[in-house]
Amino acid sequence: MRDAGDSVGRATLLSIRNVAKRFGKNVVLRDISLDVAEGEFLTILGESGSGKTTLLRIIAGFETASAGEVWMGEERLDREPPYRRRVNTVFQHYALFPHLTVEQNVAYGLRVAKRPEAEIASRVEEALAKVKMSAHAKSKPSKISGGQQQRIALARALVNRPRLLLLDEPLSALDANLRRQMQVELKSLQREVGISFIFVTHDQEEAMVMSDRIALLRSGELEQVATPREIYGRPATAYAAQFIGHTNLLKAAVREGVVHCGPLMWPTALPDGPALFSLRPENVRLATGNPVAGAVRVAGRVRHQAFHGATELIRVECGDGLVLVVRTPGSRGALDNVELEFSPSDAVLVRESPKRI
Amino acid sequence: MFSRAYKAAVTLPPLIWVTVFLLIPYLLMFCYSFWSVSASQTIVHSWTLANYSELLRVDVYWQTLLRSMWIAARVTIFSLVLGYPLAYFLSFYAGRKKDLLYQLVIIPLWVSYLVRAYAWKTILGGDGVLNTLLQYVHLTKHPLEFLLYSPFAVVLTLTHIYTPFAFLPIYAALEHIPRNLVEASHDLGATPGQTFWKVIFPLSIPGVVAGATFAFVLSLGDFLAPLLLGGPSGIMISNIVVSLFGAAYNWPLGAAISFCMLLLVVSLLFFSERLEKKWSFS
Repeated sequence: MRDAGDSVGRATLLSIRNVAKRFGKNVVLRDISLDVAEGEFLTILGESGSGKTTLLRIIAGFETASAGEVWMGEERLDREPPYRRRVNTVFQHYALFPHLTVEQNVAYGLRVAKRPEAEIASRVEEALAKVKMSAHAKSKPSKISGGQQQRIALARALVNRPRLLLLDEPLSALDANLRRQMQVELKSLQREVGISFIFVTHDQEEAMVMSDRIALLRSGELEQVATPREIYGRPATAYAAQFIGHTNLLKAAVREGVVHCGPLMWPTALPDGPALFSLRPENVRLATGNPVAGAVRVAGRVRHQAFHGATELIRVECGDGLVLVVRTPGSRGALDNVELEFSPSDAVLVRESPKRI
Repeated sequence: MFSRAYKAAVTLPPLIWVTVFLLIPYLLMFCYSFWSVSASQTIVHSWTLANYSELLRVDVYWQTLLRSMWIAARVTIFSLVLGYPLAYFLSFYAGRKKDLLYQLVIIPLWVSYLVRAYAWKTILGGDGVLNTLLQYVHLTKHPLEFLLYSPFAVVLTLTHIYTPFAFLPIYAALEHIPRNLVEASHDLGATPGQTFWKVIFPLSIPGVVAGATFAFVLSLGDFLAPLLLGGPSGIMISNIVVSLFGAAYNWPLGAAISFCMLLLVVSLLFFSERLEKKWSFS
């Protein structure tokens, strides 16, 4: 799965080519190819054990790939030690140096690069101001909160003006409110500095909110690389459809230009054979009055209603073992027998996601 | 939570032990250091500062104390110079061999002190292993005299014996350094050398202080190595204490020296603890 630049047509900054990683007999990554554009916010999304952190560590240089190459522009990155790569990392647990003050932590990269002290002072000051931590410059990391440590880790990385910033689940240790706030801040900071971010997370909502593109990783393979809108609206695989948002997976069969799925039927241009469709709950409506032209209609019995505030999720049994989940705006009160309706174009054909070991 | 009787039953035995075998002897020693010995070799129980003034007046006592400290200081430096790289290698680079190598460092501690001291006697003596070898390969014509019965032999033996004591706390400190700090340092552009001096070494200082304290205090009070290998020039302060309590039968003077050493060691422990606290960040 290769793609040149991104949807906006920016130049490619980082190019991951056929990277694989094995730990002994254990295959963690297989044949990953992925390009990251200049100034792009790319999220590597996956469950724990999907290999997302390993991929990040290969880019940073803490792991060596068993096969494949990593390029940054004309420069081959994967043979350089981490300290010669113009890449900086924000670690999962921040990894601030406990014996140094906040200020000394931020200055670390510039000091080892032997920049003039006057330049170090002004750049550190600027970086601390950018993450609103100037007041804590003289504190030790153990004396500031988790959210503040997070900001320092960010400032410590950005002060070096890397071409690429890697973030390894940096928000996972924060509580829900702070986390949402940091998502917004991080995204606007990224726009402001214009550096490419590769952000690793297992949280699909976080990925949706922040990313220009999402690379969905599953058991060491890329499942889909696309913008949040694309991956939600046009999931390529059953796994992608289920991992990002809720969906109804419809196991169907195509016979002579018609899709058959339990009591459902609609015309199609697909060849005969089995087919799998993803149908988002919000694309199914409770039908009233006359059928909309071309829409598929089915009668069913409400089994369960869950009120979520802005929306309500309703499970409807439609016969033949088919259960559809419907998302309707607001609350509908108690329902019993209903008619459902959806447009066949909202049923997205997806590939099976075979089980991998 | 626990009954009074239970608490008493648990705390009393160690309390009695410490009182009978530590506090009372120290108190006795403290008293003795202010008494004196009569011409007829009996202890005179009247208070005097004569013992302490004799320590300052007679050169041999404070010179031997200084020499002992100098020997202990050299042992400390050599133990650190040997123990630190070993601990660093084991902690960061040994990989799967870590446990095996660790055991190899520990095993010598199970061998009797005397055996190890005697081993050096066999190696360093006039017709010992080393001199025989040196003459055999014609590097020297006569046995090297300074090898045995010298401060050199004492420093060598004590370094051999106390290096594991310096190694252990350093190794523990290095093992406690989160590896992501090392990665963060490399990530920020620091070479392995810069990472060592700016991150690893500062964070291992509590271990270095503890290891140095062990090596210094243990070798300062040592009397067997100087007895077996020191000769007249390698005498240490403990040998003087031993002879004052033994053949010389001057317990008050011996007690005064012991009390001075106790003060020295306790203040050393106090400072090293302050230093360790200052450099620990957990």
